Amino acid sequence: MNEMNEETVRAECRAWLEANWNPNLGLVEWRHKLAESGWGNPHWPSRWYGRDLSVGLVPVVKEEFARIGAIGVAEAGIRVLAAATILAHGTDMHKEKFLMRILTGEDTWCQLFSEPGSGSDVAGAVTRAEMRGNQWVVNGQKVWTTSAHKAHWGLLLARTDWDAKKHAGLSYFIIDMKQPGVTVYPLRQMNGHASFNQVFLSDATVQPEFLVAAVGDGWEVTTTTLMHERRGADGLRTWGKKSDRPERAFEEERAEIATTMEPYKWYPQRAGRVDLVISRAKETGKINEPVVRQEIARLMTMSKAAEWTARRARAAQEQGRPQGPEGSLGKLVSSNIARAAARVHTQISGADALLTGDASPMNGVIAEILVSVPATSIAGGTDEIQRNIISERVLKMPRERTGDSDKPFKDVPRNLVG
Amino acid sequence: MKFSFSSEQDEFRSNLRRFLADRAPIKETRRLMELDAGWEREGWKALNAELGLTAVRIPEEYGGHGFGFGEHCIVLEEMGRALVCAPYFATTVLAAGAILHAGSAERKAALLPGIAAGETIATLASAEDSGSWDAEACTLTASATGHLNGHKSFVLDGHTADLIVVLARGPSGLAFYTVDGSAAGLTRTLLKTMDPTRKLARLEFSDVEATLLGSAAGTYERVMIEAAVCLSNEMVGGAERLREDALAYSMMRMQFGKAIASFQSMKHKAADMLLDVELAKSAAYYAAAALDEGDGDIAMTASLAKACASDTYSQTATHAIQIHGGIGFTWDNDTHLWYKRAKSSDVLFGDAFHHREQMMKNWAA
Repeated sequence: MNEMNEETVRAECRAWLEANWNPNLGLVEWRHKLAESGWGNPHWPSRWYGRDLSVGLVPVVKEEFARIGAIGVAEAGIRVLAAATILAHGTDMHKEKFLMRILTGEDTWCQLFSEPGSGSDVAGAVTRAEMRGNQWVVNGQKVWTTSAHKAHWGLLLARTDWDAKKHAGLSYFIIDMKQPGVTVYPLRQMNGHASFNQVFLSDATVQPEFLVAAVGDGWEVTTTTLMHERRGADGLRTWGKKSDRPERAFEEERAEIATTMEPYKWYPQRAGRVDLVISRAKETGKINEPVVRQEIARLMTMSKAAEWTARRARAAQEQGRPQGPEGSLGKLVSSNIARAAARVHTQISGADALLTGDASPMNGVIAEILVSVPATSIAGGTDEIQRNIISERVLKMPRERTGDSDKPFKDVPRNLVG
Repeated sequence: MKFSFSSEQDEFRSNLRRFLADRAPIKETRRLMELDAGWEREGWKALNAELGLTAVRIPEEYGGHGFGFGEHCIVLEEMGRALVCAPYFATTVLAAGAILHAGSAERKAALLPGIAAGETIATLASAEDSGSWDAEACTLTASATGHLNGHKSFVLDGHTADLIVVLARGPSGLAFYTVDGSAAGLTRTLLKTMDPTRKLARLEFSDVEATLLGSAAGTYERVMIEAAVCLSNEMVGGAERLREDALAYSMMRMQFGKAIASFQSMKHKAADMLLDVELAKSAAYYAAAALDEGDGDIAMTASLAKACASDTYSQTATHAIQIHGGIGFTWDNDTHLWYKRAKSSDVLFGDAFHHREQMMKNWAA
């Protein structure tokens, strides 16, 4: 690895960008060039479109991109998780075939983990992959799949051994989504949006070389993907700052952002829109009602205390101190805040809370809060799972015995159909 | 804003925690709370002398250590955790606060060194029978000659303090006066209180000779802001102790052949308790840092911290008793001592509802 410090990284990156950044290139052409240079993902290995830089120096590179206004490699959506997983567990063939097209944004990916019968318990997947002739044949149903209708490739978790114990019988595949055995339907949510899909796999096929890691190692690979998902969850939501510059690369990037962000347009509402509470209460005059004032103050107290708790966790992390319990609480508190905010918003809106759509307050934004917040306490790990994690990992309380870890998976009870 | 403690502060905290665990164990709290005074002069002087706790935030020029609210609040948090019976809050937060803000350099030089040395036990008498800590509620009067007439109530350690700072309506408006604890015409009555670890007194003033300390305009509100922040830190110390004790109990308590901590109903409650306490700690720490950094929003932040600590302390205490089950309702079990302290802390200087309304006055303006 090169001995690089902040100054040399900054100088080199700046020189390269000044010589090469050209917004009149096509988006894919520019990103191709960028990926080849290694500046697009400088912390990646130099053999695979990176420069072996330490993660700590990445912000320096980002600053240089921001300074000159250059577009980076494609970073939105599941493709980032695919890249991280392939880098960690993929073969050279996988890396050659997929990484460049991920970085240019040409290929879109989706994640085929959750199933109707396994949400919190992802390792309970029952989608079946079996070797028939010289290829894998896959049958089953996946759900909550973002962008499946657009995806070229899917990260697939499937069961390959029913005699093995639960986690040991899983394997991980890269599946071609554009094939007759894969059917995608939108999944309509309670707030009317359809940000996710259901994916039906009927005799879909996977070539043997698209198995990731070994047969039976699927859970370990899945853990890598999920770890990156958790780490990047917040980044995904804030991603998509548009530039309004007129050149070709920017125009193409705007179109890409519009497509990528489409499923997430209600996400601000699912967090509860605490930012709108005071202004709405002033607008409606409810700011003068003592009961409403109490509720608003309660919400603001929770919201501010949560913000300061996150800052406290980050400060400890930056100082390299062992993380205290304050670092594990963000997900759970955001559910509490979202629910409280929805209650306060409907209280503030009074009878107008009955309305929805264009005729309702703020063009339907307020109406969308109430019907979107239930997602917060479910998606990405339910509140109940978060409490289990906090009590077991932080408070060291005893794990409850599960009913599925000591027997072949085929003997594990599944949903009762009544 | 500062979001973490320095390693010196961490070390100070852990030394103090060990020290208090050794010198002020809960059986000492139980002994002292049965006394009318609620504390013992010799014992408190000895305990204080070793660490100089009363001197922490007194400026060096007046014989103190000159630290900020960051350090002062560490002491309060640890005292709240250990449930120490001592006239610490009344002396160092209330009385010293009023003297620091309202007193002249000369009065400070006369009064603060005794407090810093742990010799003078002092308090602030502001609320009256109405139970309001708002300055406007004050009816006690001071004559042009500095004689006080009227009453005060809910005065922390008011029956034992050597020096009492009194909020009074004087000839030129609200002002602080100082009165000797043994002054003629002053009648001090210990109130029978629900929380035996925090003694309160009612004071009757009948032509009591007093010395003007300074104007209370603005300064009284400032002292109450500091009191809210300091008490919030004391409260989160108690709340965390309750949470930890309840968790430890659930780990050792066997029912149906296993530790009750293995039941999801207990685990989820414990996770929620951790969340509540960590949030309240963040607010209390933030408010202390905001005082040190001269933050302009401090009135709002102080009320937020107090409201958050109030709800959290009471909720945590309720859960802690529930987790202990039957034993938690007995006098012998210690949980009720913090449960009562939680309620008395909620009420002092305005409860959670009051402070939420204060927050809104800042936001909704």
